[in-house]
Amino acid sequence: MSTIYIARNKDVAARKLGGEMMIMSGRDSTLFSLNQTATAIWQAADGVTPLADIVTGKLCAEFDVDPAVALRDAEELVAGLEEHGILKVSNAPIVDAQ
Amino acid sequence: MTQLIREMSNTAQRLGVPLGVQLDLTYRCNERCVHCYLDHDDHGEMNTAEIKDLLDQMAEAGVFFLTLSGGEILMRRDFFEIAQHARSLMFCLKLKTNAVMIHKAEADRIKALAPESVQISVYSHRPEVHDAISKLPGSFKRSLAGARLLAERGVKVIFANVLMRNNFQDYTGVQELAAEFGAQYTVDPTITPMMDGDRSILNLGIGQTELQQVFRDPSLLGTSPEEFCDLPKGPLAEEDAMEMLPCSAGHTFCYISPYGDVYPCVQFPLPTGNLRTTKFIDIWKHSPQMNEVRSITVNDLPVCSTCSHNSGTCARCPGLAYMEGNMRGPSSLDCEKSYTRTGVVIAGMMAHPKAKPAAGLEQIHLASNENVVNFR
Ligand code: SF4
Ligand code: SF4
Repeated sequence: MSTIYIARNKDVAARKLGGEMMIMSGRDSTLFSLNQTATAIWQAADGVTPLADIVTGKLCAEFDVDPAVALRDAEELVAGLEEHGILKVSNAPIVDAQ
Repeated sequence: MTQLIREMSNTAQRLGVPLGVQLDLTYRCNERCVHCYLDHDDHGEMNTAEIKDLLDQMAEAGVFFLTLSGGEILMRRDFFEIAQHARSLMFCLKLKTNAVMIHKAEADRIKALAPESVQISVYSHRPEVHDAISKLPGSFKRSLAGARLLAERGVKVIFANVLMRNNFQDYTGVQELAAEFGAQYTVDPTITPMMDGDRSILNLGIGQTELQQVFRDPSLLGTSPEEFCDLPKGPLAEEDAMEMLPCSAGHTFCYISPYGDVYPCVQFPLPTGNLRTTKFIDIWKHSPQMNEVRSITVNDLPVCSTCSHNSGTCARCPGLAYMEGNMRGPSSLDCEKSYTRTGVVIAGMMAHPKAKPAAGLEQIHLASNENVVNFR
């Protein structure tokens, strides 16, 4: 499977509240609350770190999760967040993400 | 979504986080609306650097919902610099404007700010009625042109319709106009007193008969008139009243004037500190006035705690009560509204002290709530 890169969409509103990230998607005014693992992915979505590295470096280091399961869950989550315009997802590094 | 917002508010409340702030950037305005009492001169607005620093402080404090309002926000030449800074800090941005100064270039720049919504005041579907209220000839045409440019760009537009005697009959026309623009519609059926307690502008407001009509129009209520006007179910039991907080003012929300004064709410002119001398977070956390507002539960309200309307049919506004002289007292405007809504006599109508303005008030701008219908 090809490498996945993820970047935060600059158009969304986001703020951390009590360990969870609140995100408002400007596209449809939908409000999301990301749990702690999803928040960790969101915060690490710099456009240049591959998702697999985020999972091993962040999730598996900070939370007690199985790497293969974590990567599968992360891919699902990322697809959902992309659908709502919260994350940009690409097979190449996203250079204008910062 | 409502459930999620409720959970977020509870968490913010528990953690002492100011989840929402309305920041008025200026009181200057290009319109002179009949129900607006603002002194439109600039008496020392915060400058660009001060506001950007404030935005940094607010982001740090956890503010998520940020409403930029006025006066007219576009009267500030640095508006886009300020708003872009707010965007870079990832606030959920709401803008309130009369849209008169929005042309193609401004519409593009507003679109680029990705605001959650842009609320535009529309008083009537008839140009002459709207312009007579805004007192700016041609403003209806210009406001709608601005609204259209935003809507065409996919920006969420909300038409805010304040109801007064001279435009009451037009609200269905404004609703139709909103539908035509693909805009949302919000109505505010009540005029509230000036911040110095002066109640003279209340004469512009609609009467009981019209208010009854509003309370029985399903298109405005979001629920059935039967449910909305049902008999009150209170008073709350003592233990519930102990828990119940009057509203978000000072708990998860506050208001900031163009001069850096911080208040519990746009409609609650109790000065709690000034940003030119004190950091935002210090005012929020340590101002004695903020903490006093926070300490009040329904149980502490001598009249309202015994009122059958306190369990839902009345959302008493402590800011209005404060303007009448006692933040723990009833608000006569809310008593009248609850009476009109249910026909049931109210504790506050018998026990209400004669309205006396609170001393030493400073002018702040009054704006309608975010709800679809601002019935408080
Ligand atoms: S009830 Fe009054 S003081 Fe409370 S949030 Fe509403 S307008 Fe503000
Ligand atoms: S403001 Fe009036 S109607 Fe509302 S709870 Fe108090 S006394 Fe009752």
